[in-house]
Amino acid sequence: MLEIVNLSKAYSVGAFGREKFYAVDNVTFKIEDNEIVSLIGESGSGKTTIGKLILKLIKPTSGKILYNGIDISSFKNLKEYYRHVQGVFQDPYSSYNPIFKIDRVFEMVREEFYASTSQNEWRNRVEEVISYIGLNPKEILGKFPHQLSGGQLQRLLIARALLMETKFLVADEIISMLDASTRIDVLNTLIKLKETGLSVLFITHDLSLGYYTSDKTVILYRGSIMEYGSTEKVFNNPLHPYTKMLLESVPTVHKKWTKSQIALEGKIVPNGFCKFYDRCPLGDTNCKNVVLKGVEDNHQVACVKV
Amino acid sequence: MIAMLKVENLKLYYKTLKGYVKAVDDVTFDVRDAEILGLAGESGCGKSTLGNGLVLLKPPLNYFGGNVELDDERLPINDFEKMNEFRFKKLSIIPQYAMDALNPTRKIGTYIKDVLISRGIEPDSIMERLIERLKYVNLSERVLKMYPIELSGGMKQRLVMVISTLLNPSLLIADEVTSALDVSSQKAVCLMIKGFKDDGIVKSLIFITHDLSVLYQIADRIMVMYAGKVAEIGTTQQLVENPLHPYTKMLLNSLPEVGVRHTERLLSGIPGQPPQLLNPPTGCRFKERCPLRGPQCDEEPQKVEAEKDHVAYCWKVKSNA
Repeated sequence: MLEIVNLSKAYSVGAFGREKFYAVDNVTFKIEDNEIVSLIGESGSGKTTIGKLILKLIKPTSGKILYNGIDISSFKNLKEYYRHVQGVFQDPYSSYNPIFKIDRVFEMVREEFYASTSQNEWRNRVEEVISYIGLNPKEILGKFPHQLSGGQLQRLLIARALLMETKFLVADEIISMLDASTRIDVLNTLIKLKETGLSVLFITHDLSLGYYTSDKTVILYRGSIMEYGSTEKVFNNPLHPYTKMLLESVPTVHKKWTKSQIALEGKIVPNGFCKFYDRCPLGDTNCKNVVLKGVEDNHQVACVKV
Repeated sequence: MIAMLKVENLKLYYKTLKGYVKAVDDVTFDVRDAEILGLAGESGCGKSTLGNGLVLLKPPLNYFGGNVELDDERLPINDFEKMNEFRFKKLSIIPQYAMDALNPTRKIGTYIKDVLISRGIEPDSIMERLIERLKYVNLSERVLKMYPIELSGGMKQRLVMVISTLLNPSLLIADEVTSALDVSSQKAVCLMIKGFKDDGIVKSLIFITHDLSVLYQIADRIMVMYAGKVAEIGTTQQLVENPLHPYTKMLLNSLPEVGVRHTERLLSGIPGQPPQLLNPPTGCRFKERCPLRGPQCDEEPQKVEAEKDHVAYCWKVKSNA
């Protein structure tokens, strides 16, 4: 469905922009039909940049993104592209205009993409979709955004995908602003929509959400992929020291933290070395020119020690 | 166990044009010597209001009754001026987003001096301790000569922790100190805060967060709030393994964690949303969302002590006594 090939995005930094900072550094992975892939990384790992590149909000420095085999930079008609690929972002409140009723978000989809559909027919479809994601259309339509919870708003934004021919959704931290009691419903909506043929790139910093939701997992650190594979394998058999550290740090209500010895702040990593070299307990002079390589079926790791 | 902080029937309301928002409504609890009390709840439940109200009560938040005692001394929380004698010295708060409160135009060292002078403390008298504390949280002395922009989020958070505990207050209130941090920093900051207590820098702590799994890691006891009221208080073990209040139960059931996949166990959220606190419903505030709701729930639920140290405010919970 969507293939990301050697994708890089560099920003100029320093005096006169002489130096390059790679927010995304040679990243390759793909998302198949009917698949939720979570892209997990800490702040500054480049996960949102990848989302923006897929949504054509920024242009890559090198590499390409293929949508069903077609390079997305060749889509000159953005409307055509956005018919298939859509994004949902962190703050649901900022996606709605507070002066207008919720209905307007759906009405705009009709005006933009389905102008020939009658209003009555459209309204039926909207109600159908809202019921499908487990909400009651009577309680939703005709309301203003502030009358609904963040979770409901977010689910409605996802539901728009069902109204359009959306095949691919970039979901960037869609539940980090929501309360615990409502966030899980948003995830369940995403999973439900997968059954209708939607593929999702689920961008998050929260490992437990990634584990709950996704089929495959990409662990990103400083713009590069550290580990990539089926969610089960990455979480149950983590091989990269970075993945292990992340998993050790996640709080749960079943296991208490153990003391670990990983450095919090890194120093500068010499050129050519693994990006995690400075914080890694196993780091030594061999940690150069790391490439992502397969260790078992559906499981790749970028670490020379593996 | 001796209670170092006693809060009785505290009411803190926000004054708005439409009336009073009952953000903290008749809340009673205590913090014991040498413990971390976790304060959990969703946004709008009053947990931050409670934390702020104990230290920095000012309009539009108003005091509407109740009693607060710290180390057997009555805290004049509704007198902002008088509280200056206690604030920072006997009880201190790390407010939410505290790391954004550092002055971007002043070097860290100068900023800390400003803070101390404003409290009438000679900065030189405390320099040695400051440097020792920086080491304690893994920061080098160099940060004193840096500007906030040169530090990462985790470093700023640790710095703020050092500043708020510089005078060894009895009670430290930490409000969502880890929610903006990455998981690795989160763990480090939490363990340091626990260290503050274990090493006697502060006597006790109130740790406010929406994240129950963080509290499980460091708290001795947990208090769950819902819509301005206490729902349940118990030891961490009791609360997580044997929750009593339907809200706590449902909250724990909606918690995703590593090890739970949607294919094996589909979690569910809590339907509905919390009531408006401008005109809250009478009786139990959770009744609209509660599957166990009965006619009794229209009356104010009473405190039920189900076992030692474990209380819930719910009609459906059986008392052990």
